[in-house]
Amino acid sequence: MSVKEKTEFQPKIVAFCCNWCSYAGADLAGTNRTNYPANVKIIRVPCSCRVNPIFILRAFQRGADGVIICGCHPGDCHYITGNYYTRRRMTLLFSMLDFLGIEKDRTRVEWVSASEGGRFAEVMTEFTNDVKAIGPNRKLEDLRCKAK
Amino acid sequence: MQKIGVFVCHCGTNISATVDVAKVAETLAKEPGVIYSTDYQFMCSLAGQNLIIDKIKELDLTGVVICSCSPRMHELTFRKAADKAGLNGFLLEMANIREQDAWVHKDREEATLKAVALGRAAIAKVALNEALIPGESKVTKRALVIGAGIAGMQAALDIADAGFSVDLVDIEPTIGGLMTQVDKTFPTLDCASCILTPKMVDVQQHELINLMTFCEVEKVEGYIGNFIATIKKKARYVDPDACTGCGLCTQKCPTKNVLNSFNLNLDNRSAIYIPFPQAVPLVAIIDAAHCKKLQEGKCGVCAAVCAPKAIHYDDCDKLVENKYGAIVVATGFNPIEVHAFNEFAYDQSPNVITSLEYERLMSATGPNGGTVLRPSDKKHPKTIVFQQCVGSRDTTSRGKTYCSGICCMYTAKHAMLTREKYPDTDVYVFYTDIRTPGKGFDEFHRRAVEQYGVHYIKGSIGKVVPMSNGNLKVQASDLLMQRQLHIEADLVVLAAAMEPDKSAKHLAQQLTASMDNDGWFTESHPKLRPVESPTAGVFLAGACQGPKDIPSTVAQAGAAASKAIILLIKDKLKGNPCVAHSAENMCNGCGACANVCPYSAITYVEKEFRMPDRTTLIRRVASVNPAVCQGCGACTVACPSGAMDIFGFSNKQIMGEVDAICQ
Repeated sequence: MSVKEKTEFQPKIVAFCCNWCSYAGADLAGTNRTNYPANVKIIRVPCSCRVNPIFILRAFQRGADGVIICGCHPGDCHYITGNYYTRRRMTLLFSMLDFLGIEKDRTRVEWVSASEGGRFAEVMTEFTNDVKAIGPNRKLEDLRCKAK
Repeated sequence: MQKIGVFVCHCGTNISATVDVAKVAETLAKEPGVIYSTDYQFMCSLAGQNLIIDKIKELDLTGVVICSCSPRMHELTFRKAADKAGLNGFLLEMANIREQDAWVHKDREEATLKAVALGRAAIAKVALNEALIPGESKVTKRALVIGAGIAGMQAALDIADAGFSVDLVDIEPTIGGLMTQVDKTFPTLDCASCILTPKMVDVQQHELINLMTFCEVEKVEGYIGNFIATIKKKARYVDPDACTGCGLCTQKCPTKNVLNSFNLNLDNRSAIYIPFPQAVPLVAIIDAAHCKKLQEGKCGVCAAVCAPKAIHYDDCDKLVENKYGAIVVATGFNPIEVHAFNEFAYDQSPNVITSLEYERLMSATGPNGGTVLRPSDKKHPKTIVFQQCVGSRDTTSRGKTYCSGICCMYTAKHAMLTREKYPDTDVYVFYTDIRTPGKGFDEFHRRAVEQYGVHYIKGSIGKVVPMSNGNLKVQASDLLMQRQLHIEADLVVLAAAMEPDKSAKHLAQQLTASMDNDGWFTESHPKLRPVESPTAGVFLAGACQGPKDIPSTVAQAGAAASKAIILLIKDKLKGNPCVAHSAENMCNGCGACANVCPYSAITYVEKEFRMPDRTTLIRRVASVNPAVCQGCGACTVACPSGAMDIFGFSNKQIMGEVDAICQ
């Protein structure tokens, strides 16, 4: 890492990816050697609907600067309707976060299929840039978690 | 006390070129619970697996983390190794530092830091893993093959030859698929019917194959080994068991002006018809939309002339439900509609046709009995212009971005056959590139150019203008000579791109099988599992997975069949133990979980609880059927009391990962 990059704000980004589409899409980005920022760290979940809003709050509390949830395209869910639950739940959660004054750009739901390696990289690059532009998450971060 | 072992893989130089693996191993050794950490060149090799096995035994490890490739690649390999060493395979986690780290980042320091973070997350997760024992389920020894083209027929024959019953379903009234419409096949130029029709008869006569033509798969439920499919038998108005296929009804039918879809509307047929003389089953069918009896209630000629009394005007659609262990998808392809390509004037002139229409014009069973006559005035065409890549390799919204793969070959075939039959014909082929990578394919194309004198021109037709005498003014560009060409053609033939069959989309949703952006079925792994869908128990044969020629289709169908046989030959299958479970003490029986469960795996039971004051209380609590649950986790989020959790992806495990990543 160059000195310039070190001084630049490097956001922590947690990406929840469903096992069937988005995680496979992320693997495809790898197979195709498509670059995206290393800030993004992926957590594999069976379905995007496995993502409990608490996980997202927890990530922010622990100092994440952005959280993105990726699932199969609407209609293509491996578990038939999982991504529709995600869409509804996250719409509610995000509007609540918005109400609390947490920037909308810190959270996102995206549909990435197993064949969209390029799109996965694009989405991650764009999201990282958006989070970089807003700066560090201070509002939800719990400094007590950092104490140790 | 946790005793976790960490194994970091170099993957040759795949990982070690971008990630400092030794440093990752060293850093992760300091994580809480880790008692052993090492790096090795190839963890998945026998020596690598033995290293893991030895260390599990030697150090009595309670958990293992492998930092290597995607778990989609080798999770099973390493779980088996752990099982061999006496450690439950579910006490192993993988950190994906190849596909999701080394391969997508360039900066060595960044990639190494990310590998450490991913390793940490895996360690945090594995510390909370539980030993899981997969349940077992029985396998229904029957296969469903959807689509009875050459792919579906081959798969059905192979599965049936192995001794398993097969239901072969097709949406059309006859089996055979698109190949029935093909005249001759490349590169051997043998007649398609001669190789196809005997196979169709084999399928019909096989005692283990149950033919279900004019049927549609409506709904599929269940899982690998235990699928339940609802199949709609569409009304045929003819009893297939009674009909002898004599064809008398088709001769007597007064409605003779129905467009014949088998000949791509180039001629007409009657309202009651047999698709073509070699159809299997050789049974008539009534086209309800054009039948006078069914539309207006007057007529009934066919029933009157039918000696075996096979015609039933009161026939209606029926639903049948069947159980299957394995499903082979062989829905195939269709050429795209070319109406959007205005420059070729397909809609303005009957003498602009598609390649499949040309195939019918040349076929002995076609509208002119095999004599090539142009549609407008039945004149023998003297100048024929072929245009390749109509909608293929097209980045506009009109076409498809991919190469359809077979057009170069069939256009060469058409050009050759035309020149052979009618040496006085001038044949021009406009191409983008010639792509002939198959056995004997390039030689075939060269023969068309060198022996048959077909004029191959790199370039494209710019405009086709129909003239009053039926001829076509073709304006085209020759890219190599850099000049404009003007040709007066009698016939223009468009090599339309391939697209997935329309029925595929609905089927994919029913099977929860994934498709790519163009609607082709996605394979489980593009190289290592090319005939398996990501949905377990669903296999892909032929062009439903991507454009293919006949040899590749047959080869893939055979491979799909053998995969299905491997599944059907088993008596029992190990299930996925990562299913939901409810903590009864916390559950208040609210019903939120059952509401969101897509598989109806959750029921409510009355359960007795001992209270602290020694009284008993009967409460309603959720109970998950592990055989039905697929482990999506929708219920875990819906549960307001936090009673519902899922093995292998528990709330605590995921939060552990979140904490580790945000550290």
